[in-house]
Amino acid sequence: MTDEMSTRKINSFQKQKNKQEMQKMVVSFALMIFFTLVAFALVMLEVPSTYVIPIILLLAFVQVSFQFFYFMHLKDKGHEVPSQIIYGGVFITVMVALTFTVITWW
Amino acid sequence: MSHDHSIDPKNMPKDPSKATTEGKHKFMGLWIFLGGETVLFACLFGTYLALKNSNASGPTTQDLYGLGLVFLMTILLLTSSLTSVYAIYHMKNNDFKKMQLWMGITALLGIGFLACEIYEFAHYIHDYGFTFRSSAFGSAFYALVGFHGGHVVFGLSWIITLMVRNAKRGLDLYNAPKFNTFALYWHFIDVVWVFIFTVVYLMGMVS
Repeated sequence: MTDEMSTRKINSFQKQKNKQEMQKMVVSFALMIFFTLVAFALVMLEVPSTYVIPIILLLAFVQVSFQFFYFMHLKDKGHEVPSQIIYGGVFITVMVALTFTVITWW
Repeated sequence: MSHDHSIDPKNMPKDPSKATTEGKHKFMGLWIFLGGETVLFACLFGTYLALKNSNASGPTTQDLYGLGLVFLMTILLLTSSLTSVYAIYHMKNNDFKKMQLWMGITALLGIGFLACEIYEFAHYIHDYGFTFRSSAFGSAFYALVGFHGGHVVFGLSWIITLMVRNAKRGLDLYNAPKFNTFALYWHFIDVVWVFIFTVVYLMGMVS
């Protein structure tokens, strides 16, 4: 019994930290759902495409940042190399998307 | 496996998935893989963007897409991303049963997403005759969205295998990295889907 008690004490600090972390995750999930709702609403309300396309692209970028930094822990220590890898990936994605859009513009 | 990988609850590591060298390597290896996946999907997105209007007088994006189903799929996949976060949360607290439960919910939501996607493709093929060979748009669409669906299928077989294989073992430092890498992969699938619903479906409805 005493043994079990001491286990709980040792872990209680870590457990508390994990719980706080989990609360942040739930908040970021709520924000992600909110961004999704806004994006769908803008399209359904038929906002002119000149405005709606940049806005929904921005919303997607913000939502994906939450996914990367919170759900995938890129904000945490020890994620410097994974962050660099993903920044590189994002850079290439933007370049490729831009290239293919520009060559078919006219 | 020459070391003892069992978890000592009294000395619970902060993150059991990175407590061993092997675990750290699996973590880094998965991120390098995800970097490659980003480039792969970048090319598929680029192709789609270039060909989305080449419909060869077949159905256009606005004829095909329905936002209701896409919204449902988005919610299913976003929620499954959160449930896998819950699973990892319970892993860090050394609660194997709850981790299995949340991973199970993740898999069920993933199956729900896949069912919607199969219905969607069947609907396009039967009601519109829109296939991979219909037009350049068809090829680009099925290549991009189908490849994402293929990733979901792979993720589902991955997690179901992990859950069945380790059901009686419980959590240890040997299998914790495997569950963690799955969760990272699953979040990445969600990242790709966010861009698919924005670039393919929402932008396809606007133009």
